[in-house]
Amino acid sequence: MAARILTVTSGKGGVGKTTLTANLSTALAVQGQRVVAIDADIGLRNLDVVMGLENRIVYDLVDVVEGRCRLRQAMVRDKRLSELYLLPAAQTRDKNAVNPEQMVELCDGLRPDFDFIILDSPAGIEQGFRNAVSPADEVIIVTTPEMSAVRDADRIIGLLEASEKEAMSLVINRIRPEMIRREDMLNIDDVLDVLAISLLGIVPEDEKIIISTNRGHPLAMDNHSSAGQAFNNIAGRIMGQDIPFISLDKDTVLTRIKRFFGA
Amino acid sequence: MSSAIAIKGTRDGLLLTLGDGEMDHLLAELQSFIAKQESFFRGGEVVLRFNEHKLASRDVMRAMGMLDRFGVSVRAILGRGADLSSIEASAETLQEDETAAPRIEFPTQISSLVSEASSGILVKRTLRSGQSVNHTGHVVIVGDVNSGAEVVAEGDIVVWGRVRGIVHAGATGDETRCICALALAPTQLRIGNRIARSPENKAGRTEFGPERAFVSNDQIVAEEWH
Repeated sequence: MAARILTVTSGKGGVGKTTLTANLSTALAVQGQRVVAIDADIGLRNLDVVMGLENRIVYDLVDVVEGRCRLRQAMVRDKRLSELYLLPAAQTRDKNAVNPEQMVELCDGLRPDFDFIILDSPAGIEQGFRNAVSPADEVIIVTTPEMSAVRDADRIIGLLEASEKEAMSLVINRIRPEMIRREDMLNIDDVLDVLAISLLGIVPEDEKIIISTNRGHPLAMDNHSSAGQAFNNIAGRIMGQDIPFISLDKDTVLTRIKRFFGA
Repeated sequence: MSSAIAIKGTRDGLLLTLGDGEMDHLLAELQSFIAKQESFFRGGEVVLRFNEHKLASRDVMRAMGMLDRFGVSVRAILGRGADLSSIEASAETLQEDETAAPRIEFPTQISSLVSEASSGILVKRTLRSGQSVNHTGHVVIVGDVNSGAEVVAEGDIVVWGRVRGIVHAGATGDETRCICALALAPTQLRIGNRIARSPENKAGRTEFGPERAFVSNDQIVAEEWH
């Protein structure tokens, strides 16, 4: 079966696109899917670092598009999972080095051999965004529960709707349940109220993410972290499984007692 | 609401249009339509307009009688496609020229029925951040106006949804214009040359009901809509 092409984008920078791309690709590969992750952030590449593959890169996306190498030569196989590949971006060029048509052609070339092609979009709404989104069958929008991120996500959704990329879903990242309880942070419904697209997943804030991205060891391999669990759930939902969203309430002795007494 | 019945609210009353179709069917539709919102219509006045071509006095009388049962009085009758020459009714009758453009000319008594800037547009979706609607007439949005979106109109602006962005009514300097919304939580409201911000409140979380904003004593004020 031909691959599904998913692009991960956000508008706002720093909300977790690259982390999601790395972890989602890993989680899908762990479940036996053939996955290629493509870094479309030319000039500011990060996906290779987050996946721990930066010293295995010989050729990149721009080399392929400009004909200096074959597509397969640029693809880096993951060091842990044999069905997971990375197509890195170039660091010494910028986003004008490729255009949307070239991206579509490149992804079409990969379609027959994979189950999933996941593109990591750069921040912004310019050429880099257009390059990353053009080949997509489905778009995953990442946001954090902050007004500025939500507004940027809304802009992106508006642009996608206008270009008829209507298969969209939302991941709300870096959630702090304690802050939501204190009403210092937007809650899920507040975000969905503005963005009004279907919710794919919620990921709690987790220190382990920083450690994992520094070490190049995606958290989806580690089921003991709450974020890792969330990424695995997202992968499951993408594959059609019906997985309930993680509860944001901390199940403490006190809440259990309260429940017992019907409070 | 059936597509056979159209209702248009104007500053001076309601315009009820009965479209094409069997008169029996239309009257039945009208009856259930009024019945559903009886308290809204009771005691009010409407202008009744017929599109149907073959119209008899009897049909008009039936319509008026039925409206009368709901306490709705008929101020005037307009024939758009219908031929009213043989109709005798207790209300004033007026034959409209059906080939004319949407702009309708009424005699002076009911000329105030249709508001001046009547070339309104209806936008049936939410405006997302970065999108804007600019229009010389009135603007009605069925959907939200998200933060970062804007609506600029020479006429009035009605948002059947939540306003979080910027809305500017009377954009050419007309301070008699108003802005209505189901929930007003705008970044800025502008009417004519005046600008107002929402009162500061915590994370914009307070829920208000439908409101209407207009200029009063040189300031933009918002009133709850009852």
